[in-house]
Amino acid sequence: MRTIAIECLRYHPEADAAPHWQHYDVPFTDDMTVLQGLQYIKDELDGSLTFRWSCRMAICGSCGTMVNGVPRLGCETFLRDYYPGPLRVEPLTHFPIVRDLAIDQSDFLAKLESAKPWLMPKVDPGAEPHRQTPEQLADYYQYSQCINCLLCYAACPQYGLNEKFTGPAVLALLHRYNADSRDGGKQERMQLVNAEDGVWGCTLVGYCSEVCPKGVDPARAVNQNKIESTKDYFLRFLAPRSGR
Amino acid sequence: MKAYRRPVTAWWWRRNPYYVWYMVREASCVVLTIYALTLLVGVARLTQSEVRYEDWLERLSRPWVIAYHVLAFVLVAYHAWTWFKIMPKTLPRVPVPDKAIVVAGVTAIGICSVLLLWAARA
Repeated sequence: MRTIAIECLRYHPEADAAPHWQHYDVPFTDDMTVLQGLQYIKDELDGSLTFRWSCRMAICGSCGTMVNGVPRLGCETFLRDYYPGPLRVEPLTHFPIVRDLAIDQSDFLAKLESAKPWLMPKVDPGAEPHRQTPEQLADYYQYSQCINCLLCYAACPQYGLNEKFTGPAVLALLHRYNADSRDGGKQERMQLVNAEDGVWGCTLVGYCSEVCPKGVDPARAVNQNKIESTKDYFLRFLAPRSGR
Repeated sequence: MKAYRRPVTAWWWRRNPYYVWYMVREASCVVLTIYALTLLVGVARLTQSEVRYEDWLERLSRPWVIAYHVLAFVLVAYHAWTWFKIMPKTLPRVPVPDKAIVVAGVTAIGICSVLLLWAARA
């Protein structure tokens, strides 16, 4: 069995003024992931290491970490690809560190709620199924695959420089509902899109779409909404709406 | 809860090659601005007198100015390529693969550039 050097960024809020690196030598087999490497450390070497995980198969979005400076899901990143190391694992950048690899997600969760990520039916279908064509489904399907893993926020330098920026995943999820033919809540969500820290905070770096483990393209959602925001701005002169 | 917030330095873009190329794309606008100003000066000299225009042309033939123009050409070509690369993300959903839009855009700008060059020489 081969051994890989893993360096973890450690931070204990009661004991440390700032994070520091800690070195571990982890024996591994070819089928072991970074998450399994962390679990080995916790089970066999150092029980105090804190990190989040749940499903182990890129569904729950809990185990996002920086692996050698790149945002990755620990459960689908293999140790063999980084042998002999050192493999540096640290919390997702741009988020406050709560402890070791665990970050504070409150800012994201508040923004997610503000986007009203639920279906507000345009018309009440009653007891009938709310029908949709495959074309209408294709308008939003990829955005509905987001698992809130926050890799895109760690990849977004604009969010790092200005945490007020709504950010990629929330704007992608917002677009998921705005682009849904059954939804009627677009006008409520457009306030968030049009805001200074809405879509216009994006400078199309595009790295958010590169790192997404589910094939979502947040950069596309954001830039589609720049068009929507522009239309919304000019159309209100032609067709004023009440309460604006 | 005492959470630790890591500082973001002015050198944040150096930590990943993807960001470095992004900064090259953004910084190319500075080179392009200087190039546009140089052309504007040329137009101004042309309106002043033939002597001043010839003097401006002579200044353009200096080695460091030619080197600058080569650099500007490379950077603007890179910027144009990135512009077409991200173009599909800015368009409404169309029944054409992203790659086709990028290839069509780059081909179109290539043909236009060659035609322009040909017209300028003729």
